[in-house]
Amino acid sequence: MSTRRSWIGWQFTGPFLAVFALVFLAPIGYAAYLSLFRNRLIGGTAFVGLENYTKAFSDPQFFEALSRVALFLVVQVPIMLFLALLIALALDSGRLYGAGFFRISVFLPYAVPSVVAALMWGFMYGTRIGLVGNVNDAFGITLPDPLSPDLILAAIGNIVTWEFVGYNMIILYSGLRVVDTALYEAAAIDGAGQFRIIRAIKLPALRGPLAVATIFSIIGSFQLFNEPQILDTIAPNSITTYFTPNVYAYQLSFGGQQVNYSATIALIMGVVTMIVAYLFQRRSIGAGR
Amino acid sequence: MRPRRSIPLTLITALALIYSLLPLVWLLISATKTQEGLFGSFGLWFSGDFAFFGNIADVFAYHDGIFGRWLLNTLLYVVAGAGGATLLAALAGYGLAKFDFAGRRAVFAVVLGGVAVPPTALAVPIFLMFAKMGLTDTPWAVIIPTLASPFGLYLMWTYSRDAVPDEILESARIDGAGEFTTFFSLAVPLLAPGLVTVLLFNTVMTWNNFFLPLIMLKDADLFPLTLGLYSWNEQGTTAGGDVVFDLVITGSLLTIVPLIVAFLLLQRYWQSGLAAGSVKQ
Repeated sequence: MSTRRSWIGWQFTGPFLAVFALVFLAPIGYAAYLSLFRNRLIGGTAFVGLENYTKAFSDPQFFEALSRVALFLVVQVPIMLFLALLIALALDSGRLYGAGFFRISVFLPYAVPSVVAALMWGFMYGTRIGLVGNVNDAFGITLPDPLSPDLILAAIGNIVTWEFVGYNMIILYSGLRVVDTALYEAAAIDGAGQFRIIRAIKLPALRGPLAVATIFSIIGSFQLFNEPQILDTIAPNSITTYFTPNVYAYQLSFGGQQVNYSATIALIMGVVTMIVAYLFQRRSIGAGR
Repeated sequence: MRPRRSIPLTLITALALIYSLLPLVWLLISATKTQEGLFGSFGLWFSGDFAFFGNIADVFAYHDGIFGRWLLNTLLYVVAGAGGATLLAALAGYGLAKFDFAGRRAVFAVVLGGVAVPPTALAVPIFLMFAKMGLTDTPWAVIIPTLASPFGLYLMWTYSRDAVPDEILESARIDGAGEFTTFFSLAVPLLAPGLVTVLLFNTVMTWNNFFLPLIMLKDADLFPLTLGLYSWNEQGTTAGGDVVFDLVITGSLLTIVPLIVAFLLLQRYWQSGLAAGSVKQ
């Protein structure tokens, strides 16, 4: 019986595992293999051991790209999650008119492809057909250009916030809905006000959902690619070929034919993302128990 | 005890509403303008000429109707990729939840680790591997990588564990039904809400996919909508290229409408799905 059950379990799980092995495990292995070689103009591909890794760790362009997404992570993610938290708490308070309409409207940008979001905001940021240009014309002023090199990262931060604030809000809102409402009534009888209830009951209940939202945001920040790649066509002077690690890996493969070094960068970023996500998860879940 | 509704709180929250909807309103209004109108009028109000239907016709007529082709490609990638991913995740999630087999724990650990591996980090290595296998610049290059959804598997595992009682399965076995017959006739109806959620999220991911097709595809006849829009916008910014911002804008609107409609119609499902997936730990 048990061998039959075992065989059937594998039949159900097998097809997924086959694809998973092909598109998750094999590429990781292949990237690790490629990262040990280097393509030289003379002499073809040669085994270089860990040379690509030592090169990456002393590569100022890679370091700049990595610092940029780290800065993005530290600034954009807290802003977005704080906004998502405020909206989720407002919705959960039951004191809004038209709460259902709010919920679906704030979530809608999640359904918009990042390509369309970046194109739309890119146009709106522009001075030619955009809102920034409209405001400048209407008031005879010159607003700071969001597409300038100084502001482009903040401009991307706004696009990413717009895309994902609703998604995170829904995760947090779902977390609030499963709180036992008897707790609120008990707290109210004890004389606790709204803010005390939020601090003592709602925020602790959101620890898990907040951790989930943060981990997905960490992964997203380190992997930033679509928005800068698309804005590059609108603001070519503000986006460098090494703007984010992923942009850099893409350029190395497709602009520079340095596939071995590109695979190294992709692999390092995968590992960095997993480590940061894992450390965060251990800290946030571990502290709760 | 129903809390009293608050006008000030509603007004403050309305700022978030405006922030979320303003770009979409801008897009909708801009899609009614000609290219001259786009350059010469205020972004949040209509220009003199109402070119909405003309723009839609232009989008579908430009370059021998390639936008229609991109739409069909996107549908193919969604049906095969997102549909396939949902089926594989459902089978595997059910398998992990309902059968205690040798190696089950190892499978689960590996796949959960997969949730933390960002697909974008894998895209370049997958490209290099697929190039060796001769799969690049074919529809398979976009479909196969979307078939594995570790997060979908996680959701389906949670659903199967909670929504399909073991007693039903035992009685089906006593009746002599095969395991796959039991899955499709008994378990699938019970898993329906979970299946719709996973399918919806896989659909969004596939419909919005950009990095993978950008890397994999050179032939414009194989592009999905996102890559097509990107190429239209890019040609307008290169020297001597055809400037078609009006088509980019109207095409963008046409690209997002199907998903927004799907989200509005299936609200009940994705909300319960997110609740189950993100809160239960």
